[in-house]
Amino acid sequence: MYIYNEVDQRLVDDRVTQFRGQMQRFLDGRLSEDDFRPLRLQNGLYVQRQSPMLRVAIPYGTLSSRQLRQLAHIARTWDRGYGHFTTRSNIQFNWVRLHDVPDILAALASAQMHAIQTSGNCIRNITCDQFAGVAADEVFDPRPYCEIVRQWSTLAPEFLFLPRKFKIAFSGGEEDRAAVRFHDIGARACLAADGRPGFAIYVGGGLGRTPMLGQLLKEFLPREELLNYFDAILRVYNRHGRRDNKYKARLKILVKDLTLEGFARDVEAEWAFARGGPNTVSDESFAAMEAFFAGPSYAGKVTDETEYLTALQSNRAFARWVARNVAAHRQPGYGIVTLSLKKTGMPPGDATASQLDLAADLAERFSLGEIRVSHEQNLVLPHVHRSDLLALWAIAAANGLATPNIGLLTDVVCCPGGDFCSLANAKSIPVAQAIQERFDQLDYLFDLGPLELNISGCVNACGHHHIGHIGILGVDKNNEEWYQVTLGGREGNRAAIGKVIGPSFAAAQIPEVIEKLLAAYVATRHEGEIFIDTVERVGLAPFKTAVYGELHGPHH
Amino acid sequence: MARIIKNGEIVADPWCLLAAGAEAPGSVTVIKPQLLLPLARWAQELESLENAGYTVGVWLAPDDAPEALLPRLAQIPVIAIQFPSFTDGRGYSLARLLRQRYGFRGELRAFGDILRDQIYFLHQCGFNVFCLRPDQDIEAAVAALEDYSWSWLPMTDMMGRVAQ
Repeated sequence: MYIYNEVDQRLVDDRVTQFRGQMQRFLDGRLSEDDFRPLRLQNGLYVQRQSPMLRVAIPYGTLSSRQLRQLAHIARTWDRGYGHFTTRSNIQFNWVRLHDVPDILAALASAQMHAIQTSGNCIRNITCDQFAGVAADEVFDPRPYCEIVRQWSTLAPEFLFLPRKFKIAFSGGEEDRAAVRFHDIGARACLAADGRPGFAIYVGGGLGRTPMLGQLLKEFLPREELLNYFDAILRVYNRHGRRDNKYKARLKILVKDLTLEGFARDVEAEWAFARGGPNTVSDESFAAMEAFFAGPSYAGKVTDETEYLTALQSNRAFARWVARNVAAHRQPGYGIVTLSLKKTGMPPGDATASQLDLAADLAERFSLGEIRVSHEQNLVLPHVHRSDLLALWAIAAANGLATPNIGLLTDVVCCPGGDFCSLANAKSIPVAQAIQERFDQLDYLFDLGPLELNISGCVNACGHHHIGHIGILGVDKNNEEWYQVTLGGREGNRAAIGKVIGPSFAAAQIPEVIEKLLAAYVATRHEGEIFIDTVERVGLAPFKTAVYGELHGPHH
Repeated sequence: MARIIKNGEIVADPWCLLAAGAEAPGSVTVIKPQLLLPLARWAQELESLENAGYTVGVWLAPDDAPEALLPRLAQIPVIAIQFPSFTDGRGYSLARLLRQRYGFRGELRAFGDILRDQIYFLHQCGFNVFCLRPDQDIEAAVAALEDYSWSWLPMTDMMGRVAQ
């Protein structure tokens, strides 16, 4: 993991001091709400329905056990004992008090963390494949590049007041696990014919009001030019992105207006000046950064897998958990464990302070002190030896962190919705819970197989509903909460945006609608065909018919 | 004369900023005022005003293209960049273009909705003169130039530190 140097530490410390002053002036009435708003947003502070909310950055989803404990401490001391992990792999505290925020930021800084640029019209937290560095299918580890981009983008003075927010994701695997085509910039690790590392660069993706799939801007960007090229993209966007209408201000609209070719021309022209300039990163610098992320030494572990292998045969609950929550590790004998934050009865992505502490304990005992946060709002222990799985499972299960549902229907991705967020049109957590309660039969869930269900409480799409195989969007109709259902969304290499199946539903109808969609799938699927593949093969018609009946089926 | 921050110090502003249609102040005194003209007028009237004894600089709106200045860049004493709102970040890019790409060494000033809380970042982009919004505390704004002991260095420098 990256360790702050003096410069990094000074920056976050100075930031705390600066914000303490700004907060003091705001509370004294010397700083107006309008002047303060962008300042507090760039420090992750929102004013919400019940209370202010603080969003803390978890750069590329990576945490040490010490940092996770500090988050638990913050939840306990300044919030109501829990936090909510977001789809940008950040954590939100929903019940903070304004005057406490400078102290919370100081507590974060003492653990090499911050809340800088987790909101506002600036470059947001960089996200990344949660299996980076350990995935079996990796081209190369994207985390050193994420950290370089984190340093470059943090308080990058030219880009603090962009037309709108700006999101960057990196993916290192053959399979894209970071939804790179739904970001303003998505970078996929690839190698040139001669083996040089670089990135394929996608631009103009995004969800929200106008969902768009990112387009390939550059097939191969040599790694040393990463910052020069990003600088060029950002400068073209900063100067020419629309500022007259916030719904048309994202990069995707500029790319659409200029066309991909036109935008590419502008970026190339800008890059021509920067190429080889002071932001060019040398091989030595890459090597220095890579050293921070060098994998642990796996050698020398004396192991006895008898117990593990026996348990796989005899302990059905354990075997199910292994099947769903343990992914292939590049190192033989190891697995990547996902701790599910999707237990029925808990809001998706929420963890209590005790669970955070427990996850830190588990990381120290079984995973070399490292934790990842996935954009599906779960926690990941990246280095667990198979001989430790049974012991880990037993502790996790006793603490509500071992629901064997990763990638299944009840692993619902969900924003905080109308219970907390002042932007929301509708609640999302109760809808998620109703679905989790209705489909609590593990046999049934396992038979359904991989199925991603995403819920957003408004068009801002924090719950990524457009890319759920089944997506649910809360909408407001005459001050009532309604829910629109989409089908066919997908992330990964075959990324697609879901399509609305028809008129929306009341919250109480949603579990039944889902049940009908699932029945249609079970009746239509080929042997071994997962839900989204069936949807892509047969189209929406049979699903519409299942939900709305023949009359409202294929003809509408 | 208004007070401004120049190179970290509070000074009186000798420059008179003219809007698109405004008349140049008449020469009631022997000393002709120093004029900042909007880009279009600068292009048209520079020569005649200089011939009439005025010292002339230029101000840019956020969507102006700075390339029009290039033929005379080294002779321009002041380029001012307008911030209609402090949340309009286009001026930051203009400043970096003028300083880094085009090598402008004269006075680069930020005017309009200029607040103490942005002044550090404006300075990082190359502005050395700040004309604050009238309600701002100018002494506090000078202090805000020291908000960070850190400075935004090119990545090569930052990485150099990493490597140590």
